[in-house]
Amino acid sequence: MNAWQILINYAVIPLVKIAVIVGILSGGIAYLTLLERKVIARLQQRLGPMRVGWHGILQPIADGLKFIIKEDVIPLKADKFVFTIAPAISLIPAFVVFAVIPFGPPDSLWGTGGYVTDINIGLLFVVAVSSVGVLGIILGGWASNSKYPLLGALRSTAQMVSYEVAMGFAIIGVLLVANSLSLVDIVQKQKTMGLWFFFVQPVSFLVYYACGMAETNRLPFDLPEAETELVGGFHTEYSGFRFSLYFIAEYANMITVSSLAVTLFFGGWLRPFPNVAALAFLDLIPPPLWFTIKVLTFLYVFIWVRGTLPRFRFDQLMNIGWKVFLPVAMANVIVTSAVLLSFL
Amino acid sequence: MQEDIFGAIGEETILDANQLTINMGPQHPSTHGVLRVRLKIDGERVIDAECVIGYLHRGTEKIVENRTYTMAVPYFDRTDYIAAVSNNLGFVECVEKMLGVEVPPRVQYIRTMMTEFQRIASHLLWLATHALDIGAMTVFLYAFREREEILKLMEAVFGARLTIHAFRIGGLWQDLPHGFLDACRKFSDGFEAHVDEYEGLLTNNRIWLERTKNIGVVSAEEAIDLSLTGPPLRGSGVNYDVRKARPYAAYADFDFDIPLGVHGDTYDRYLVRVEEMRQSNRIIQQCITRMPSGSIRGKAPRVIKPPVGEYFHSVEGPKGELGYYIVSEGGTSPYRCRIRPPTFINLQALRKMVKGHLVADVVAIIGTLDIVLGEVDR
Repeated sequence: MNAWQILINYAVIPLVKIAVIVGILSGGIAYLTLLERKVIARLQQRLGPMRVGWHGILQPIADGLKFIIKEDVIPLKADKFVFTIAPAISLIPAFVVFAVIPFGPPDSLWGTGGYVTDINIGLLFVVAVSSVGVLGIILGGWASNSKYPLLGALRSTAQMVSYEVAMGFAIIGVLLVANSLSLVDIVQKQKTMGLWFFFVQPVSFLVYYACGMAETNRLPFDLPEAETELVGGFHTEYSGFRFSLYFIAEYANMITVSSLAVTLFFGGWLRPFPNVAALAFLDLIPPPLWFTIKVLTFLYVFIWVRGTLPRFRFDQLMNIGWKVFLPVAMANVIVTSAVLLSFL
Repeated sequence: MQEDIFGAIGEETILDANQLTINMGPQHPSTHGVLRVRLKIDGERVIDAECVIGYLHRGTEKIVENRTYTMAVPYFDRTDYIAAVSNNLGFVECVEKMLGVEVPPRVQYIRTMMTEFQRIASHLLWLATHALDIGAMTVFLYAFREREEILKLMEAVFGARLTIHAFRIGGLWQDLPHGFLDACRKFSDGFEAHVDEYEGLLTNNRIWLERTKNIGVVSAEEAIDLSLTGPPLRGSGVNYDVRKARPYAAYADFDFDIPLGVHGDTYDRYLVRVEEMRQSNRIIQQCITRMPSGSIRGKAPRVIKPPVGEYFHSVEGPKGELGYYIVSEGGTSPYRCRIRPPTFINLQALRKMVKGHLVADVVAIIGTLDIVLGEVDR
């Protein structure tokens, strides 16, 4: 391999992929906000944004512009440095996670693989990086030097730490079945088994998805920013562009959780029933599109839940996390290992 | 001078204090107006709470002393601005009682019907905001959808939607518009299904139950001691409703039940109010079918000069017993007009109810008391 090939393989191709993914993701997040507003509007028998463009199609752009041209207020008593970088700490991990999430099979994209990189600890990487995002919230609430944000930050610390534990155990169920930490391998395994892991590990999926909702601070677990209790929670003092970074991070996390759910439990880029030849016509839809369709379904569920359920109280949330999700996930791990050991 | 239970706010730094004093309001999204609550909290647990009110004080009672009785009516639109019709009814009936004016039955029926519409509208607004405070945002818009229909009916008959100036002393400004009863019937027939819809989203919802059961419990004795009225009293199981206890307008003619709670918690108060909406709808249907014909004006004198004396009249507003105590010296304006505002008195219970609960419950409890700051501060 000469120097040019190395340069192309290890710098140019990944960089192009990163650029494309970041582009798609940013656009996706922008339009996810529109989707959310439209779907919720639909649930609530109203129209949602209608003024900017056809049926509000340009609304995200208008919103983005508004955020950018707003005044950037930093409270006088805030810790300026931390206050400034906290939103970025929240945002960056949300994007970094997508480095290992596979959108297509390894032989797609002219043999370069439908992902930025396939590392053998992919899943661990996702869990590790996404928990860094919590820091941004804690620091943001702390640095505001104000009471409501502090309460919000305290809540989010407790909430995210406890839900991460249950989520980790839920993921172990999948690991046991897949025998690999690489996300690509996990999807491949689902192909060879001919079965999505959801059918093998339904409990694990339910725990994972519920914890995912808590991780992303969405209703019914949106306590860190419970607007009717803590005004804005950790981002009370944030405005303008910095606020929008938190906002983007939340939506990026929604996409992360959905993508991971799809990858781990619903066969990633695979079509339904990947080994049934009679359904081969489904292959007309390319793998990345399958992936997108599945992710959109999960995003829709996120929005649907928000439109339907009230909010938990803080202590109830903790109870559910530690007393329900964690034991269930642990029991699932034990049962799965026992079954694997005795029958396979 | 109000007793200051916490000392000056801001004396201690956040870091050193185990107990934190936070200010909820007057610009807080869920204190329903300009209520300010100073909370003393330990972590998330509320140790003590103090209401600071008066941000919306406009001196209604004093203004009324300088207005004639006729001119005074619209001022009461603006005390409990969510239930203007009920407020008007209380004042107008009190003045009629002073004058000894007989009001024709058609007027009584229209008044009863519109007051019940107002009760539904007020409860809908309560349900909407209460649910929103607890995080169920869809109920908010569903409830507003029906409230909008009621406001349209109000507009058709009174010409305004919020500050209505509904009734005149001795009768009504004008008769019901053509086709109005049909519109009412249409709304009324469909309303049960809508209430079922709200209940479907909340009543058996696990999260809703956990958020409202055993929150802000008030026993029957405590409720009486705090002189609570309206749904907060009935939620504790005390059967007192002015409509039954001292019937006014045309309430004696109708069949309706007074829903009662058992535990006196937020959930029971929720159930009481939802059931009250159904009962109000029942009254409206009876009004529509039995609406008498006849005059819409009684024999009220042109210049209103009630005889010297003190008068009290109370009605069951959507939020509790709404009373008017008027002292007349025989002139054209009252010597003194004191309102018994239900929410002002119900708000007293807040401190007792929130102690020991979490910050999130404070919001639920403020919601369950159904306060309107326009009335609290007057």
